[in-house]
Amino acid sequence: MAALQQALFILTLGLAGFFIRQRVLRIRSNIGLGKEKKITDRKNERIKNMLLVAFGQKKMFKRPLPAVLHLLIYVGFLVINLEVLEFVIDGVFGTHRFFAPYLGSLYHLAMNFFEFLAVGVLIACFAFLIRRNILRIHRFWSSEMTAWPRLDANLILSIEIILMIAILTMNGSDQVLQTRIPEHYLSTGTLFFSSHLTSLFQHLNTSTLVILERFCWWFHIIGILGFTIYVTYSKHLHIFMAFLNTYYAKLEAKGHINNMPVVTAEVKSMLGLAPAPAAPAEPGRFGAKDINDLSWNNLLAAYSCTECGRCTSECPANLTGKKLSPRKIMMDTRDRMEDVGRSIEKAGPGLSDGKFLLGDYISKEEINACTSCNACVEACPVMINPLEIILELRRYVAMEESGSPAAWNSMYQNIETSFAPWKFSPSDRFNWAKQD
Amino acid sequence: MNAPTVAELKAKGEDPEVLFWVGCAGSFDDRAKRVTRAFVKILNATQTKFAVLGTEESCTGDPARRAGNEFLFQMQAMSNIQVLNGYGIKKIVTTCPHCFNTLKNEYPELGGAYEVIHHATFLQQLINEGKIKLNGGGSFKGKKITYHDSCYLGRANNIYEAPREVLQALDADLVEMKRCRTTGLCCGAGGAQMFKEPEKGKKDINIERAEEALGTGAATIAVACPFCMTMMTDGVKNKEKEAEVSVKDLAELIAERIS
Repeated sequence: MAALQQALFILTLGLAGFFIRQRVLRIRSNIGLGKEKKITDRKNERIKNMLLVAFGQKKMFKRPLPAVLHLLIYVGFLVINLEVLEFVIDGVFGTHRFFAPYLGSLYHLAMNFFEFLAVGVLIACFAFLIRRNILRIHRFWSSEMTAWPRLDANLILSIEIILMIAILTMNGSDQVLQTRIPEHYLSTGTLFFSSHLTSLFQHLNTSTLVILERFCWWFHIIGILGFTIYVTYSKHLHIFMAFLNTYYAKLEAKGHINNMPVVTAEVKSMLGLAPAPAAPAEPGRFGAKDINDLSWNNLLAAYSCTECGRCTSECPANLTGKKLSPRKIMMDTRDRMEDVGRSIEKAGPGLSDGKFLLGDYISKEEINACTSCNACVEACPVMINPLEIILELRRYVAMEESGSPAAWNSMYQNIETSFAPWKFSPSDRFNWAKQD
Repeated sequence: MNAPTVAELKAKGEDPEVLFWVGCAGSFDDRAKRVTRAFVKILNATQTKFAVLGTEESCTGDPARRAGNEFLFQMQAMSNIQVLNGYGIKKIVTTCPHCFNTLKNEYPELGGAYEVIHHATFLQQLINEGKIKLNGGGSFKGKKITYHDSCYLGRANNIYEAPREVLQALDADLVEMKRCRTTGLCCGAGGAQMFKEPEKGKKDINIERAEEALGTGAATIAVACPFCMTMMTDGVKNKEKEAEVSVKDLAELIAERIS
C-alpha cells in the first residue's frame, strides 16, 4: 500500500512537472516573439527594485488595506510552501512528517506558525471575495473585467481557501491519530487552530481518520500542483513574473521616452551629420502594430499583470469616461500573445492570422486618449509600463499609416513650417519681449 | 525689461550663465507670455546673467514625439542641439515642464547634454540663497493657495517639493487637493492632447481637475506649466469662478512680490 502511494505520488509529481514545463516553454517563446532589447545595465538598481517592490511589496502600500490583506496571502504563500518541501519528501520516501523527529519542539513551533499563516490567508481571501463580489469595488467591475477575468480572480481565491481548509483538516485529524497510533503519527504537539477541530474527528473510527488524513494530504499536494499549472494560464502568474518584471523595469525618469536609433541614423544623414545608413536587411516597422514589434520586456510585463486595475483607477482619461484603460492595454497584449502562441502550437498561421494587436485588440480611440501623465506607471505595484506600449502603437499610426488625428497632423505641419505647434510666424517668436 | 539674446552676448564676447528656454507657449500664447515676462523680471531683479535664443529657438519636438511622430521630433531635437552646442550652452532654465523633460531626459542620447532645471527649482534656489527679496505687501498672508502638480515635473521627474517651497515663501496657506504629488491628476493637456480635441467621454479632464481645485476653497490655483495654465483657466471659467479664483504661475506669484 505504501509503495503504491509512493509510486502514485512520483507519477503525479512527474506529470505536473511535465505540464508546468510545457507552459513555461510556451510562455518563454511567447515573450520571445518580442523584439530583442539588451537590458544588462545598472544591475544593482535592478536588484534593489526587485527586493523592494516585488519581494518587499513597497508599492502595494499606497493603498494600505488591500496591501495588508495581500501581504497575509503573500507571506502565507512563501512560508507555507516550505511545508510543501516536506510533503514532497514524505511522498517520495513514504515517510510521515519527515522533519518532525529532527526538529523536535521547533517543528511544533513551525507547524503552529504555518497554521497562523493559513488562517491569515483564509481571512484575507474571504475579505478579497467580499471586496470583489459584495462590495463590488469599481475597479473589479469596469468594462474590461468581463466574465473570464472575474471568474479567474474568484477561482484563485476559492482554491486558496480550499487548500488552507485542507491543511487545517489534515492537521486536525492527524492530532487525533497521534493519540491512537503514536508510532506512525509523530506528535506535533497541540496546534493552535486545528486542535479545535479534533472534537469533530474524535468519534470517527481510526481507519476513517487515516483515510481522511490521507485524503487531505493528497488533496493539498495535488491542489498545489494543479494550482501551479492553472496559474500559468491565469492573471495570477504575477506571483513569479513580478520578480522578473521589477528587475527589468525602466530605470530612466518616467518622463523619458525610448529613443529610436533607426530614426536617429536617418535624421543624421538627412542633416548631413552622418553618412546615409545602410539599408537594413529586414526593414522592421516603425512603432508597433503587433506584439512582435514590441520589445520582449513589454511582453513580459503583460504576463506580470494581475489585473488589479490600480492603473485604470488613476488614469485621467478613464476617470472621465474615455475608452482608454491601461489595464486593458496589458490584458490585450497578453491575450494577443496567448492567441498567437496557441496558433503556433497547432502549426497554425501564428502572427500571420490576419489579426493585429492594433485594430483587432486595441483601438486608435483608446491610444489617442492617453495624456502620457504616467499615473498608470506610478500606480502599478509591479512596475508595469502601459505607456511604453501606447506610445509604440502611436508611432506606428503616425509613421507607417500617417493616420494620426487630423489635428495632430496640423500640429506636425506647424512644427515643420513654423517651428512651433501653432501656426505663428517664427519671426514673431521674440515679440513677447517687446510688450511690457 | 532686459532680455538679451545669446547672439548679442556672444557679440560682446560674453557667455550667459544660464540660457532661459522660453518654449513655444511662452513665446506665442498670450497668457503664457505674461509668465515669461514675470520670470524675466525675476531674472533681472536677481541680476542673473542669462540670455535667450530669441528667434533662434524652436519647438523641442515634445508634442510630435508623444503623438508618435519620431522623425519630426528628432529633426527638431537635432537642429536645436546644433544651435545649443554651437553656442556652447551648459545650463538651461525653462518655465515649461515639457521642454524641461525633453531637454533634460531626451536630448542627451541625441548629443545634447546640458544641466537643465525647471523654473520651480530655480526659484526655490534663488529664495534659499536669499537673492529674492519679497516685499512686505503680504497680500497672500493667510490666503489659501492650492498647487496643481504638473505631470512632467512630478511623476515624470520627481519634482514635488520645490514648487511647494516657493509657495510657502509667500506666507500663503497652502492647501492640498486630495489627488496631489504622486497621485496628482493630470490637467488633460499632456501627451499632445493640448493640440487636439479630447476623445469621446463623459467629461473633460480639466473640468474634473478644476472642480477638485475649486473644492479646496483656495483663491489662487498655482501652476508651473503653460499647458496646465490653459487647462485650469478654462476649467475655472467653465465653472464661472474666474472672478473669485485666479490661476497663476509660480513666477507670477513671486514677481508680484518683488519691487
